[in-house]
Amino acid sequence: MITRIVEVRHGVLRKNDELARELRDRFDAADVFVVNLVSGPGAGKTALLERTLAGLRPKFRVAALVGDLATENDATRLARSGAPIRQISTGTTCHLEAEMIANALEGWELADLDLLFIENVGNLVCPASYNLGEHLRAVLFSTTEGEDKPLKYPTIFNTADVALLTKMDLAEVVEFDRNLAVHNIHQVRPGLPVVDTSSKRDDGLEGWLGFLAGQVEVQSAPVA
Amino acid sequence: MHELSIAVSMIDAASREAAAVGAERVRAVYLKMGVLSGVVRDALLFSFDVASVGTPLEGATLNIEDIPVVVFCPACRAEKTLLDYYGFECPDCGAIASDVRQGRDLEVTAIEIEESEATNHEMPSTTNHDS
Repeated sequence: MITRIVEVRHGVLRKNDELARELRDRFDAADVFVVNLVSGPGAGKTALLERTLAGLRPKFRVAALVGDLATENDATRLARSGAPIRQISTGTTCHLEAEMIANALEGWELADLDLLFIENVGNLVCPASYNLGEHLRAVLFSTTEGEDKPLKYPTIFNTADVALLTKMDLAEVVEFDRNLAVHNIHQVRPGLPVVDTSSKRDDGLEGWLGFLAGQVEVQSAPVA
Repeated sequence: MHELSIAVSMIDAASREAAAVGAERVRAVYLKMGVLSGVVRDALLFSFDVASVGTPLEGATLNIEDIPVVVFCPACRAEKTLLDYYGFECPDCGAIASDVRQGRDLEVTAIEIEESEATNHEMPSTTNHDS
């Protein structure tokens, strides 16, 4: 027996990245703006999405895919908004992958949509590694989680395009230090836009809905 | 815990590479892993051992090379290696530097294969493909 070293260059996540690129091309061709919502469990992704879908519905055509290990609870909640919703049950997988998105989109006419939301599995670690072809990765961070979350999970904050502080209605009760939280976010991702939200109080949502509307405008604007 | 699916993907790729060069077994896999890759080393090592059972990689070693975070510092106009990834500040001038140039890598760079001595690599094939 002899041994030898064979040089290879194999990106371990290459297959997912290739599928994500294909998805991105499809989204761009159909002029649909895609948002990937990531956070730990219980940060308020579903509640925010309920309010977001309701807030955007009069003006935009919206739909959502929602990932969980099990149950269709979130899809049932979100379907009340009247928007098309599909649940992705990942079984034992702790994140969504591009292939799951491609499968879940079968039969949907993307050109009929302005915005598509993907609610990822509640997990601050693994979803960071999987590109889903999205235009915007929004990381949610609730006031009840503790201000140092970004320092503990830097990768997910570092790969995000916007951070949403959720449950701002509870900020005072839980003595949430907003300045410290924003400082910590900027430690791991300098310059990341931070938007305050409260899914219980409508006032906190205006900034987020305005931010999204601005992004969609940029996306659909003809290239100069 | 996505390390198991990452390990399976690596083992599949290495098995294919080995088969392509006619090797029977893979003794080692060399992986470059960025500090920002989001992969936990111990979980990956454990998953690799478990997932390689029954494959040409059974018993193989996984050698992980840690790739530090390199950012571009706008003030120094140069790439700088971060000492730790908690603060995206230039280690020399202290300016905020968030343009990550390296550190998200997750790439198999080489495999060490075992093959029978009968295999001759200098003359890969005696088959005549001339028409």
